[in-house]
Amino acid sequence: MSLPFLLEIGTEEVPDWMIAPALEHLQSLFQELLDQNRLSASVIGTDATPRRLVLRAEGLPVRQADSEELVSGPPKAAAFKDGQPTGAALGFARKMGVEVSALEVETTARGEYVCFRRKTAGRGTREILAAALPELILKIHFPKTMYWTGKGGPRFIRPIRWLVALLGDQIVPFEVAGVGSGDCTRGHRQLGDAGGTACATSVGQAVPPAKRDLTVTCASYEQVLKENFVLVSAAERRSRIEDGIAALGVKVKPDAALLDTLVYITEYPTPILGGFDPEFLKLPEEVLVTVMRHHQKYFSVEDAEGHLAPQFVAVMNTSADPEGLVRKGNERVLRARFNDARFFWNVDQRRKLADRVADLAHVTFQTKLGSYLDKTKRVVKLVRKLGGSPEALRAAELCKCDLTTDMVKELTELQGVMGGLYARAQGEPEEVWRAIYEHYKPAGMEDGIPATPVGRLVALGDKLDTLQGCFRVGLIPSGSRDPFALRRAAQGVVKILVEGKLSLPLGKLIGKDPALAEFFLDRIKYYFKDIRGFRYDEVNAVLAAGWDDLPDVESRLAAIQAVRPTEDFEPLAASFKRIENILKQAEIEVGQAPSAIDAALLEPGPEADLFQAFERLRRQVKRFRKKKEYQAALEAIASLRPRVDLFFDKVLVNAPDPQIRRNRLTLLHNLLKESSAIADFSEIVTSQVVRGDN
Amino acid sequence: MDSFQQVLFKLKNYWSDRGAIVQEPYDLEVGAGTMAPETFLRVLGPKPYRVAYVQPSRRPADGRYGENPNRLYKHSQLQVILKPSPADVIDQYLASLEAIGIDLRKHDIKFEEDNWESPTLGAWGIGWQVMLDGLEITQFTYFQQCGGIDLDLVPAELTYGLERLTAFLQGKDSVYDIEWAPGVSYGDVRLADEVQFSVYNFEMADVATLWKLFELHEKECQRLLDAYKDYPDKKRFPVLPAYDQVLKCSHLFNLLDSRGAISVTERVGVIGRVRKLALGAAQCWVDQSGAEVVQ
Repeated sequence: MSLPFLLEIGTEEVPDWMIAPALEHLQSLFQELLDQNRLSASVIGTDATPRRLVLRAEGLPVRQADSEELVSGPPKAAAFKDGQPTGAALGFARKMGVEVSALEVETTARGEYVCFRRKTAGRGTREILAAALPELILKIHFPKTMYWTGKGGPRFIRPIRWLVALLGDQIVPFEVAGVGSGDCTRGHRQLGDAGGTACATSVGQAVPPAKRDLTVTCASYEQVLKENFVLVSAAERRSRIEDGIAALGVKVKPDAALLDTLVYITEYPTPILGGFDPEFLKLPEEVLVTVMRHHQKYFSVEDAEGHLAPQFVAVMNTSADPEGLVRKGNERVLRARFNDARFFWNVDQRRKLADRVADLAHVTFQTKLGSYLDKTKRVVKLVRKLGGSPEALRAAELCKCDLTTDMVKELTELQGVMGGLYARAQGEPEEVWRAIYEHYKPAGMEDGIPATPVGRLVALGDKLDTLQGCFRVGLIPSGSRDPFALRRAAQGVVKILVEGKLSLPLGKLIGKDPALAEFFLDRIKYYFKDIRGFRYDEVNAVLAAGWDDLPDVESRLAAIQAVRPTEDFEPLAASFKRIENILKQAEIEVGQAPSAIDAALLEPGPEADLFQAFERLRRQVKRFRKKKEYQAALEAIASLRPRVDLFFDKVLVNAPDPQIRRNRLTLLHNLLKESSAIADFSEIVTSQVVRGDN
Repeated sequence: MDSFQQVLFKLKNYWSDRGAIVQEPYDLEVGAGTMAPETFLRVLGPKPYRVAYVQPSRRPADGRYGENPNRLYKHSQLQVILKPSPADVIDQYLASLEAIGIDLRKHDIKFEEDNWESPTLGAWGIGWQVMLDGLEITQFTYFQQCGGIDLDLVPAELTYGLERLTAFLQGKDSVYDIEWAPGVSYGDVRLADEVQFSVYNFEMADVATLWKLFELHEKECQRLLDAYKDYPDKKRFPVLPAYDQVLKCSHLFNLLDSRGAISVTERVGVIGRVRKLALGAAQCWVDQSGAEVVQ
């Protein structure tokens, strides 16, 4: 017989963004619990609303299988004298809690030993779960926890208020934070009071039936909750929102993150349509959308031409709004917010951005790094160093000024954007206001870089300053801790340099800090591998040949990627690897200036042929490289492959004559040197077996 | 339709019926109900406590000369402390909304994550902002620490934004249009405060004087806190007056801030000075509560 299991951890509202990871952890903890106890389930699944984390399993056994273990005792020789048990045998039997007659003898490699076959009856699954669940529940990881029963009490994300734990039709009895498990759940806070029933719990006195207490079984759980306005399934809530929006007959701006949030802050979501005075459409669209999106969690609505319409979709956590009260309430809130925004817009215009620079002395950037005025000065300097135009310098000087405006104090998400809008309204040239507008871009890897060259320089200056400053004062990200979003900043620098085709000397921009260089190298690898999809060995090979100029890195990568499928490439890479090994053994460092080859010492045949072919190619390759035609350069190098192969087949590098040996090593060295300016081929993982060397 | 003052009466009555002491506002300038000693000090220690009071909360930097329909230099919070928090605290809270005439079945209520922290008070808690039809009407916090001290009993703090709540109930777009009492608007009662204090806070407060006052109150507070250790009869020791000095400092800090008189480098330092005093007062309070009565 197998049993279903249901666990519902009833809590006060859990923050939406923590729910999915918590469920994943809950599931893996439960799987571990089963594994450790030699139990198994056919299916395990989780789901949640803000007020309940739910785990369901099917096909659990009623009890563990019985087990048997052989416990070894004393050697037979010591345990029995003349067929009679000695003290050793009696002692062992006593320890096992049995008569001597129950002992057996086993033959091992070391001889015969007395032993006892201990049989353990499997424990009941319910008993195992009851013992393990309290600890398991409190083990679920959340980023920030609280205590609520008093100092030293258990910690969880929010207070646990009820627990449902059923195995088949029986309660799994346990207690967490003074709450006993039972068969009683709760419906929707306002709507879920259909049929309050007496519930059973595993501890304390019978709980009197209260409003919203609902008895459930494994089979009826979802249905009972649905009748009480709780959709346990997140997928169901999601489609209810999507279908509801479709039924409203408007087109909303798609917003997957907002949809996710709404799925996890509601138990019974219902979208409604509201409107606002079209007069507000005179405010910048950025402001309107931010207020709706970030502050009110509304979807904004677009008309047929894709323009912002004076409407919004709010998602309620209730079933309906027949009297329109919720719509009116939300409309009033939005009106107040938009009025605020209009007020800020007008007040902020009274002082130009240019007049606000000095005010930045009062806005902290970082305690050890001073104010935003200090930062502004550094960014201006950096932008100048990057060769910024007067427009770029102007934008750099003004780019942080919006931090002193009421609008940005209220809608912090709009920093930068607001500055750009104000600069435009105050008559700054387009190059300047656009640069300010976009200088926080890219906000993430999916986000684009600033559209204009001026914007890119200001964005670079801002990010580089943050990175240099934070590393200088030891604010270096570790693990998941990255409070200043330095990874994003460095990623942004990389993206801007590559996609903006800016061949600026990154090494010089970073400065001398080796930790920062290392940090950048990681970001560069991540960018080319994970974002751009280059193969890891190609990325390693190209970066090993230098990464000061990122657009150049990109060109070299593209060349390798293009040449790689050709038949000569991988064998040649294998040969280069071999050359490197040989040079390593001869203690010659790659990168040393190529020394001259004494043509007279070359052996006619494969060696001389290789030399001549290489000499012919060399100038050509150099020319290609200079023009950054890396693919042509690589193809030229690859064309040497048959000669390289022949050389290794026929010529002994380690010739007995030291002068000849030296000459051969130099030939190989020069060959390697020419190609390694593009990539370090020894980093290329080839399918060819590399022979150790001759 | 209930007037502003009727809403207050009803909420006070509601919590009075649930065992809360109803207090009058604390008679010093504070930035939030949390700072009044009825919260800041009473949440410390092992004694259960329930209190409700309306606290006018002054935030000089939030003043808008009475021009903004939703921003106030001084707004009113109903502060409720339930220590320890009962298991049905949220149900009790929701019923308080019904007590002022909100039919919850017809409205949308959401609890959205919003943790609270005050570095100046060495205090933080976990909680939500409660949203009613998209309007934030209450800050709900389970205190975890206050004055740098882990709390023995975890109190629930409910902070109702009374102007907003009443504007919602009365369907008003501007707080100044709220009916305070029959025939009297909120603007009639409070607009002058908003205008005059905005002028003072932003334009006329004398920075040198404010700094001088800050230092005087700081010194007086520190003098008292230093005297605690050797004071023979701990129960008689003036911890509460010492804490008043902390509140003075905190308010002066806010004023200086709204005058733009605190530079970045100073800012952290000044917050640290107030925090030190607040933590000192909290320590004395806890120690004093546990002290023996001298016969």
